[in-house]
Amino acid sequence: MSARTYTYYPGCSAKGVGRGFTESLEAVFEHLGAGLEELEDWNCCGATAWPSVDEDQAFALSARNLALAEDRVPDAGPVDVLASCTGCYRALLKTERALAGPGPTADKIGGALAAIGLDYEGRARVRHPIDILVNEIGLDRVSAAVVRPLTGLKVACYYGCLLVRPFATFDDQYDPTSMDRLVRAVGAEPIEWPLKTRCCGGSCYCGGPVIGAMPEATMQLSYALLREATKRGADMIATICPLCQFNLEGFQDRMSRRFGRPLDIPAVFISQLLGVAFGIDEERLGIQRLMRWRLPEPAAVGASAPAGGGGDARD
Amino acid sequence: MSVSFAGLEQEAQEAQASPAPEALSPGEGSAAKRRATRRKKWRPVKDQSKFEAQLDPGFAAEIAAAVPGGELLHQCIQCGTCSSACPVSAYMDLTPRRLIAMTRAGARDDVLHSVSPWVCTSCYACTVECPKRIPITDIMHAVRRISLREKTYPRRFTTPVMTQAFVEMIEDRGRSTESWISMKLYLKTNPGRLLKNAGIGRRLMRQGRLGLRRESIRERGKLRALLKAASS
Repeated sequence: MSARTYTYYPGCSAKGVGRGFTESLEAVFEHLGAGLEELEDWNCCGATAWPSVDEDQAFALSARNLALAEDRVPDAGPVDVLASCTGCYRALLKTERALAGPGPTADKIGGALAAIGLDYEGRARVRHPIDILVNEIGLDRVSAAVVRPLTGLKVACYYGCLLVRPFATFDDQYDPTSMDRLVRAVGAEPIEWPLKTRCCGGSCYCGGPVIGAMPEATMQLSYALLREATKRGADMIATICPLCQFNLEGFQDRMSRRFGRPLDIPAVFISQLLGVAFGIDEERLGIQRLMRWRLPEPAAVGASAPAGGGGDARD
Repeated sequence: MSVSFAGLEQEAQEAQASPAPEALSPGEGSAAKRRATRRKKWRPVKDQSKFEAQLDPGFAAEIAAAVPGGELLHQCIQCGTCSSACPVSAYMDLTPRRLIAMTRAGARDDVLHSVSPWVCTSCYACTVECPKRIPITDIMHAVRRISLREKTYPRRFTTPVMTQAFVEMIEDRGRSTESWISMKLYLKTNPGRLLKNAGIGRRLMRQGRLGLRRESIRERGKLRALLKAASS
């Protein structure tokens, strides 16, 4: 396994409702000369539902994934496990921290893993793909790969809750900037806004207004985000969580009716934005799976065709 | 049990707008009624611990033991930063600050019947903002665990149902399938919403984002063995 290939843990949502995230991340990493290799036979991270039922079982679920990732790299070095969904990222990271060092929890989980022939040594390091893009691959290489600068595109970078909370590993807890720097590296302009890490209401309500317990609360939370981004002149919201992305793009018509103000702002994965700037085929980036997608005209530098998807993907 | 605990308890009860009617003057009564109407969406927290004798002084220790760092809850200064940082405290019957106060007071029954832990989105804003570093979100999860165990969770509220449906699905298949879990939930809680959201479901299917095929891992038996060995 080359040093440039990362073990990738997609999680259930980034393979389902948010599959555009996995598709675009794979394409972007490949374009930058790094590989993402999906963890074999990964299981659900337990989300926030398992800790509400049995916390040790939640640790066991995540520990199995970490142990499987370690098995792929037999030598003694640390193993990076990339978790794209911020819900999974938090769950895996919490497990990594809970099992670091000896203790009753570590003993119990270690015993449970041993019963099914697995061993967690503590070599796995849970990381987010954004961390890799900014701090390992580097903004210089990202900029160098741009063939279609997204000049003039104003992007509201939305980090969601769980990337920097409760653990801020590679970015500031109150004002994270890694996505803003990535967006700037591909020629677009990140807007300043205060709701970068405000909850969108999508995570616990699993699908927000669709099946959630409190559609009203969820809509209020998402509406505040969408409205603020619109007011500050953003053309687009860039996200890094499948639940946020779906929650923000899926119910804009319903929110417009509910709150009496028109809303129409695409919510995309930041990797899709990067991919477009790299000139990767939109089909590979999962752009066709978005409900809203458009780039402003000036962005079409060097490409005479209007931005892909046009208006037909919108509702 | 100290007097100040009883005072806190009383404050909480008054705010919940269901004190004994004879204790109120007409003016207070109508204010209480207004508050009650405003909150009628949720089942009000049962006011069972009206007297000190009904409090459970061991409850705070029970919660503290269930959460790493949980003993910090004794250091709460009731500043309310958690409640103001919380994006959904307006939808709770006990705001995070009040939930901590009632936990310390030993109002076990009221806390376990509260909807607040189920309204919590687990966004960790309270935990990060707390000046005393109390792991409030983890405390919410601990309250959820006890209330599931003792079946005091609010009925007809979607989150507990979803939590259990989700857990069953993962126990069985190892991964979650969004279409199945939403179907299951609709049928269990509110079949009418199924129709309302059929449109968006169809659209997601057209986009290839929602499939009916059930996701599964290969080593399902081993996963079940792992969960069994790790259960507490």
